[in-house]
Amino acid sequence: MYRNFFSTNDEFDRMRSEMDKIFRLVSSPSLHAPAGYPAVNTWADKDKIIVNAELPGVQETDIDISIEGDTLTISGERKPLDLQEGAVYHRQERGSGKFTRVLKMPYQVDPEKVDALLKNGVLEVKLERSEADKPRLISVKKG
Amino acid sequence: MADNKNLEPVKEEVELTEGVERTRPRRIYVPRATIYEVDEEIVILVDMPGVSPENVDIVLEKNELKINGTVEDTTPEGYSLSYSEYGVGDYERNFVVPRDIDRENIQAKMKDGVLELHLVRAEAYQARKIDVVSGK
Repeated sequence: MYRNFFSTNDEFDRMRSEMDKIFRLVSSPSLHAPAGYPAVNTWADKDKIIVNAELPGVQETDIDISIEGDTLTISGERKPLDLQEGAVYHRQERGSGKFTRVLKMPYQVDPEKVDALLKNGVLEVKLERSEADKPRLISVKKG
Repeated sequence: MADNKNLEPVKEEVELTEGVERTRPRRIYVPRATIYEVDEEIVILVDMPGVSPENVDIVLEKNELKINGTVEDTTPEGYSLSYSEYGVGDYERNFVVPRDIDRENIQAKMKDGVLELHLVRAEAYQARKIDVVSGK
C-alpha cells in the first residue's frame, strides 16, 4: 500500500518536471516559432546586425535581398527537383517553392553597406546602421 | 514529376532514449530527406545546412546507412543573439538500405548544405538462379 503511494508520487513528479521542461523551452526568450520560411536568427552589435537563415539547396542567384529604410526583405525560390519520367518518390520531406521574409530592423540600415554570403546552405546578411539614424550626442552647456 | 511539398522552417530534434545523455552540449537534429528511385538507382537527398563537405560522416553498417553531419560554431564575435527562430546543431539520420544495393559503389556528394547519395541496385545481388545437378 505504501509502495503504491510512493510510486504514484513519483509519477506526478516526473510529469511535473517534464511539463516544466517544456514550458521553459517555450517561454525561453531564445527560441521563437518561425514566422515564415526561412527561419532566421539575428545577432546584434551596437550599430551592426547579422541575419542568418538556413536555405539548403538554394542557389545564390535564386535569392533576392533588398533594403528599404529599416526593413530587410529576403525572398527567393527553392527550385523543385526536375525528375525524369518514371521516377518514383519513396519519401518527400524537403519542400520547394517561393519564399519571402520581411524583417524590421531596430533602426534604419545603410543600403550601401550590406553584405550577403551564402555558404553551405546558410545565408548570412550583414547590415550596418545608417549614419543619419545614429543617435547624436548632445553636449550640455552651462548657462 | 511534380515535387510540391511546402517549405517548412522548423527542424526536428533527435529524441534521446531515456537515460542517455549527450557528451557535447550541442543539439542534434533529424535532417529532412527526399528519397526517389529511377532507373535502378535510389537517390537520397538530405538537408544539412551549415555542414561543410569535410564534416559529413557516412557509414554503411550491415544494412543500415548512418549519416552524421557536424556544424562549426558560427557565433559571431562581439555580437549577441537578439532574436532566434532556429537552433544551430548537428544532424543525424539512419536509413535501412535494400539488400540488393551495390555496397561498393555508393556515391556521395555534398553541396550547399545538401547531401546527395546515389545507391545503385546491383545486378549481382538480384536473385540468382541456382542450377541443381542431379547426383547419381
